[in-house]
Amino acid sequence: MAIGNIKDKVSIIGMGCTKFGENWDMSADDMIIDAAYEAFEDAGIEPGDIQAAWVSATSSGASGTMLANPLKLDGIPISRIENYCASGQDAIRNAAFSIACGMYDIVLVIGFEKLKDSGLRGLPLTSFSDPVIGLGMTAPGSFSLPWVHFFEEHGVTKETLAKIAVKNHYNGSLNPKAHFQGAISTEQAVKAPIIAWPLGLFDCCPTTDGASAAILVSQKIAKSFRKDYVNIKATSLAVDAMIPGYRPDHEFSTWPATARAAKDAYKQVGITNPLKEINLIECHDCFTMTELVNYCDLGLCKKEEVKDCIDSGFFELSGDMPVNVSGGLLSCGHPVGATGVRMVYELYKQIQGKADDPRRQVNNATMGLAHNLGGYPQVSSVIIVGIE
Amino acid sequence: MVGIRSMGIYIPRYRLERNEISRAMGGISMSGEKAVCNFDEDSVTMAVEALRDSLREIDSEEIDSLLFASTSAPYKEKQSSSTIAMLADLKEDIFTSDFSNSIRSGASALEMAMARVKSGMSKNVAVTVSDDRLGVGGSDFEKYFGDGAVALVLSSNDLIATIEGVHTINDDFLDVWRTSTDIFASSWEDRFVKTKGFENNIAKVVKGLMDKYNLLPSDFDKVVLAGPDYRIGQSIGKSLGFDITSQLQNNMFDQVGNIGTAHPFLMLFSAINEAKPGDKILLTVYGDGAMALILSVTNNERVGNAINIKEYLYNKLLLKNYEEYLKIKNLIVTEADRRPSLPSSVPHMWRERNYFTRFHGVRCFNCGTEQYPRHRICYHCKSKDNFEEIKLSLKKGTVITYTKDRLFPTKLPPHVQAVIELEGGCRAYMMMTDVDPDEVKSHMLVDMVPRVLHERSNFYNYGWKCKPSHGKRNV
Repeated sequence: MAIGNIKDKVSIIGMGCTKFGENWDMSADDMIIDAAYEAFEDAGIEPGDIQAAWVSATSSGASGTMLANPLKLDGIPISRIENYCASGQDAIRNAAFSIACGMYDIVLVIGFEKLKDSGLRGLPLTSFSDPVIGLGMTAPGSFSLPWVHFFEEHGVTKETLAKIAVKNHYNGSLNPKAHFQGAISTEQAVKAPIIAWPLGLFDCCPTTDGASAAILVSQKIAKSFRKDYVNIKATSLAVDAMIPGYRPDHEFSTWPATARAAKDAYKQVGITNPLKEINLIECHDCFTMTELVNYCDLGLCKKEEVKDCIDSGFFELSGDMPVNVSGGLLSCGHPVGATGVRMVYELYKQIQGKADDPRRQVNNATMGLAHNLGGYPQVSSVIIVGIE
Repeated sequence: MVGIRSMGIYIPRYRLERNEISRAMGGISMSGEKAVCNFDEDSVTMAVEALRDSLREIDSEEIDSLLFASTSAPYKEKQSSSTIAMLADLKEDIFTSDFSNSIRSGASALEMAMARVKSGMSKNVAVTVSDDRLGVGGSDFEKYFGDGAVALVLSSNDLIATIEGVHTINDDFLDVWRTSTDIFASSWEDRFVKTKGFENNIAKVVKGLMDKYNLLPSDFDKVVLAGPDYRIGQSIGKSLGFDITSQLQNNMFDQVGNIGTAHPFLMLFSAINEAKPGDKILLTVYGDGAMALILSVTNNERVGNAINIKEYLYNKLLLKNYEEYLKIKNLIVTEADRRPSLPSSVPHMWRERNYFTRFHGVRCFNCGTEQYPRHRICYHCKSKDNFEEIKLSLKKGTVITYTKDRLFPTKLPPHVQAVIELEGGCRAYMMMTDVDPDEVKSHMLVDMVPRVLHERSNFYNYGWKCKPSHGKRNV
């Protein structure tokens, strides 16, 4: 059975994104409206042009009414997507399929999350776990598990992780929409209070509100909206069959879902060497440890090279492969349903050469990759976007 | 002939130095330390541990009755012995019963066990005796009361000690009590309790026993006198004609404290372990009257084979201070749980009882892969409904990787969560308990232990955690 290919069939003609942060004075509806209307304006369309919509949120509500009510989208099909931290990309993926099959010409995708109304530090655990099997699990705890392998086998230290935090916080300091906009020092990161060993405060992304929106159209009509539209090159999703902690023989040096999603996406585009063919990457840095494992799982370096790559600045803004030039989840925050869409927003703006701070602009970017990883973790998505 | 076939004990890992209580609360400082059960332990989980210890050389399938005695059962309405039987993975067709409301309830359970074996109603009766009582802050009770459990298997063959005689008296005496709403033990003035309660009843029951069986104090090699404080056993022992240095069994108050209902049996366990074949032991149990029992140690090679108490004493962890004690005993209000997770559902717990409570995993008949929790489709070969249940609770585990989590709410942060590979290859992502965070290493060995996972939904959710493996546990 053949698996098809979506390369260059669907184009992004407009995107929007709210300020990510502690948006105490904005409701979920306020953020949805702001992100959507920024995207409508960017695309040069009216809300009435939207034929169908997808909304991604993990814990902030339920059903397509989350868009219908605030945007007054009356009677059109709206689907809600929930797939842990991959929710936003999965919404784009499903929306793209609806266009690729010819069902619709113009659709809306919105990812959002309103976390700061819950009163919790970190994510609420509701629906994330079983009262027995899931007991004791937290996000930082589960994502810290590869530490033992990289520490014992590959010389990775807390300083190595700190360098990832320093890089992403520096990038975030150039992003006016990021939750945190201050650069930090390695020493600050190393000495910060421990959240889940070895992850300290700066190794962890904050709890954040935000919304991001995308307008997708058939590539055939993209030119009629704008010249600098950006095409979807690949979209992939991998869901593993067991929580890694219970999976027999799992090696805690990789998250297999990422490797599978990346392999699938590279195949769709025909990428053989991502370091040469991709110009920038937004990857899932919910924790510094996650970003380190991602480098290996996305095929950017080998495990035994990862420490040297980080030390040499390979993934910095000025490095050979800039990763998380937006500041990543560590700086932008992680409103779960919004993050995947926010990553694509960053790639879209970068490829158009319209990064909101020129110091953050990656020159001549033509292809970018966005990656999410969710659960404990079991779910990973990759979207590659670029010009034709 | 009825006797004891096997014994096991459980002393929790944490200790509180009595000086810490007077340091925090004022009052007279007192030497020694007491055993303190962790925040996730109670009289039920400690009883299961002692029972598992007593069954190291006995097939658990042989146990056909399970009795539980305690003054600190977790429920007023809901049997504890039924839970203990499930956690210890005993067979379904057994007799279970709880004995409560007196520190003599262990003796009552023992007499019931003797009667069942003698009458032929049961072949192997397991008696579990367990307590974790609370004294009010700074009180003598708080300094004395320790936590722990003992299990005895009564049978008619393969015995380590035979029961040669028993005498019981009743006395409606208010010495120590808790009303149905009390958390802490109350008592009348201690001199009255010691003289008219303990000494009076012990003297009566010992004299009654010796008259009944025509014995003299010199006929006993060891005497178990578990009194309400450190010295009282000695004074009554002396007045009854026993030699304090050679005949009185050490009461371990300085290492463990007074573990209530279980205390006489903890001393009996030591006495049998230290005995020679043919030794005669006098066991006394006080409370609302008293019981006295004559035991004769047999020529069984298993005598002295049980886990050494020293091992439990050696592997202790000292609580850093009284405040930690207050936290794990739930005696201080702490910041509310900021991350409420799912409540438990009774039908869910009931449906998965073999996996959550008995701690069974599954092994695929087709490819042999061992997995937890239960699966219907094999992770490895995808066979459907082709599994056998396997017992995981007695397996040793190895730490694959771990984290020390300060986000997960726990009484003694950081919370240690570890991926464990059990013998046979089954993996589980488990909470680690009774652990000094500095001792956590990859490849370290762990044992599976029954614990209270949480109390959400207003009931006790029993399940399994792992803890650092020390010595011979779970062989």
